[in-house]
Amino acid sequence: MAGTKNHDYHILPPDIWPLIGATSALTLTSGGALTMHSMAGGKYVMLLGAFGVLLTFYQWWTNVVNEAHAGDHTPVVQLHLRYGMILFIASEVMFFVGWFWAFFDFSLFPATTAKVIGGQWPPKELEAVLNAFDLPLLNTLILLCSGTTVTWAHHCLIHGDRDGLKKGLWATIVLGIMFTSIQAYEYAHAPFAFGTNTYGSAFYMATGFHGFHVIIGTIFLAICLRRAYAGHFTPRQHFGFEAAAWYWHFVDVVWLFLFVAIYVWGNWGFPTD
Amino acid sequence: MATTADHFEAHDAHDDSGHADHDHDHKPGFFARWFMSTNHKDIGTLYLIFAIFAGIIGGAFSGMMRLELAQPGIQYLGTFARWFGEANPSFDQTLHMWNVLITAHGLIMVFFMVMPAMIGGFGNWFVPLMIGAPDMAFPRMNNISFWLTVAGFCSLITSAFMPGGTGLGAAAGWTVYAPLSTSGSPGPATDFAIFSLHLAGAGSIMGAINFITTIFNMRAPGMTLHKMPLFVWSELVTAFLLLLALPVLAAAITMLITDRNFGTTFFDQAGGGDPVLYQHLFWFFGHPEVYIMILPGFGMISQIVSTFSKKPVFGYLGMAYAMVAIGVVGFVVWAHHMYTTGLSVNTKMYFTAATMVIAVPTGIKIFSWIATMWGGSISFKSPMVWAMGMIFLFTVGGVTGVVLANGGIDDVLHDTYYVVAHFHYVLSMGAVFSLFAGFYYWFPKMSGRMHSEFLAHVHFWLFFVGVNIIFFPQHFLGLQGMPRRYPDYALAYSHWNQVSSEIGYSIMGIGMIVFFLNIGWALAAGKKALGNYWGEGATTLEWTLSSPPPFHQFETLPVIDDKAHH
Repeated sequence: MAGTKNHDYHILPPDIWPLIGATSALTLTSGGALTMHSMAGGKYVMLLGAFGVLLTFYQWWTNVVNEAHAGDHTPVVQLHLRYGMILFIASEVMFFVGWFWAFFDFSLFPATTAKVIGGQWPPKELEAVLNAFDLPLLNTLILLCSGTTVTWAHHCLIHGDRDGLKKGLWATIVLGIMFTSIQAYEYAHAPFAFGTNTYGSAFYMATGFHGFHVIIGTIFLAICLRRAYAGHFTPRQHFGFEAAAWYWHFVDVVWLFLFVAIYVWGNWGFPTD
Repeated sequence: MATTADHFEAHDAHDDSGHADHDHDHKPGFFARWFMSTNHKDIGTLYLIFAIFAGIIGGAFSGMMRLELAQPGIQYLGTFARWFGEANPSFDQTLHMWNVLITAHGLIMVFFMVMPAMIGGFGNWFVPLMIGAPDMAFPRMNNISFWLTVAGFCSLITSAFMPGGTGLGAAAGWTVYAPLSTSGSPGPATDFAIFSLHLAGAGSIMGAINFITTIFNMRAPGMTLHKMPLFVWSELVTAFLLLLALPVLAAAITMLITDRNFGTTFFDQAGGGDPVLYQHLFWFFGHPEVYIMILPGFGMISQIVSTFSKKPVFGYLGMAYAMVAIGVVGFVVWAHHMYTTGLSVNTKMYFTAATMVIAVPTGIKIFSWIATMWGGSISFKSPMVWAMGMIFLFTVGGVTGVVLANGGIDDVLHDTYYVVAHFHYVLSMGAVFSLFAGFYYWFPKMSGRMHSEFLAHVHFWLFFVGVNIIFFPQHFLGLQGMPRRYPDYALAYSHWNQVSSEIGYSIMGIGMIVFFLNIGWALAAGKKALGNYWGEGATTLEWTLSSPPPFHQFETLPVIDDKAHH
């Protein structure tokens, strides 16, 4: 039976992008290390690596989309993709566990030996923190709202309403951009610095990685929108959209935890700006 | 499992029209085959070659360390520092070289030898074969997992030639503890080493996703989870540990990067940070990591003991769920690596008790292997002697592990050679003996050539005697109080150090030469291997195929009948 494939799995031809992607990632991290130490050429090495990584992402997923259109994504292969995305999100959850761990260590056991902390949270020497019920609450509502609009888009897609799919995606993307813009505004006006103490470290790294994930999710949804205009997705097969929606809900849930833990509970009773 | 049912439907709904361009009964050309591979067996081969290469470098570093430790005083470190490009090393730079050696040895052996061999190598080769699948679920992602591991290795090697603070190279230990790894190591070497973990970690997470998806979705019709070979179970549990533990390490080492370069104070007490937080985050990854390194070995030992006892594994389900239990409990024992950091007595009591609990499922495994052999028709082929060596020596390491699990005793033994002896018994003997057992078990399957059983036995005896002479005396040194991670020691420790270095390492090294001779001999002049060269005991699906298997196997999926046992 050599050469006759009697199963539905996806057997791929050789592909150069894994090698290019890994080489680019190495170039990116090496350039990053050189840049952080102001060594010669670091910036260019880093940019070259970033370009290679982005190019790999673009080409890789272009190939995946083309393969889907060629009919390679049989039901079992689609199931693989679902498992893959869920497991990827599980690993992302554990990544955020690391940042929350740091935050709760600092906030539940504020250092008594460090003068800047003074055994209290938020730290003694902070002048003010952000008011949770000001822009952060608005951002919470924006993200929750975007969760409903992406579900709206999904329902439209399932019921063959392409127009509604586009509208729902547009709304979600605009809400995502609003969230990112408001976060940027907050960062620019926050009354505490990035470095120097654990409050700024935990706040900016945790919310910063979340913001980075929001940007990724927005790009993912924007690509789905472009694909919607290009006529991709059917009511029966639209895993690319579903993966983007799952990812979006994931960043939404992470934000709810950040909001409750860092903004509301962590800042309780402290003067705000 | 619901996924199996889906798979049946998918199979019925099969439609050939979309696949005309994917017929591959021919192998691609050299570059395409080895640099652009989407074939699980070729990628497995690449991982194994890479692991052997990395193992030679990591092993050479351990040789350099044993050479230095053969006598009290500093003998060779200055020479080594010159090899790495330090033109005229000062005394401090000479000592820094020691820290570079221990760091590189640890990182290479953990991330670039044991893991790529166990998971990337044997896992890639034999998980699809044993579950009757034509390939992995994500063949292209499989390849980037491999190349990211290589990229991580390149980053680590680069770090050895970069300024690290006192001298060239990253020197904060494989655990990269702050503050030695932050304020204690200015210079880009440590950043290169940390990024090496980011790269290899990303590759491993993708590999974990690939294995879990493959094992859940691609089992041949009729192969339920409870009929799956124990090696596949072991890789499944390992993949979950990787998936959930590595991202926490990624967060921790990202904090190192920002503390080092961007002014955050996660681990800097002046800003309220806590170096012990790093240890918590690291060991929340690090403890599952030690099971990541041994569980696939458990799986291989189960296959081998069963094959050469010509009996099914004793207590199959207990064996499978013992691994699951080890995986689950492995996530809640991490602070037993941190007994001397000032944990409260209650915390130490909890972690002592939880750690001891792991001895129960581990005991189930050891006793079930013995019960498998009991009354079996045992043939002492090379994989079997390595497997029996593993069972004996891993048990020795497990027993010292129970000693070290006690928070009170560990106050005395922490950071002594007793700990070094313990983890080398479970790793250089537990994990590495499993690797050699698996290698001799499957090498003819992979290469199509029989190795020499005689040389494999010579290799075993030299290695067995060698590593025991290296590491057993280290128990004595540790109990006498010799601290780990120092290039020099008091004269009183010199006898057992000399035995360990001059006798033990030399015998082990000769054993390794025999290993390479054996591979060379097999590839050049080995007899052609049959499909099932071990005979009636070997019952898993890889033995139904030729040696080596066709480029794409199971193009018609095998069907597992109801009565078939694992």
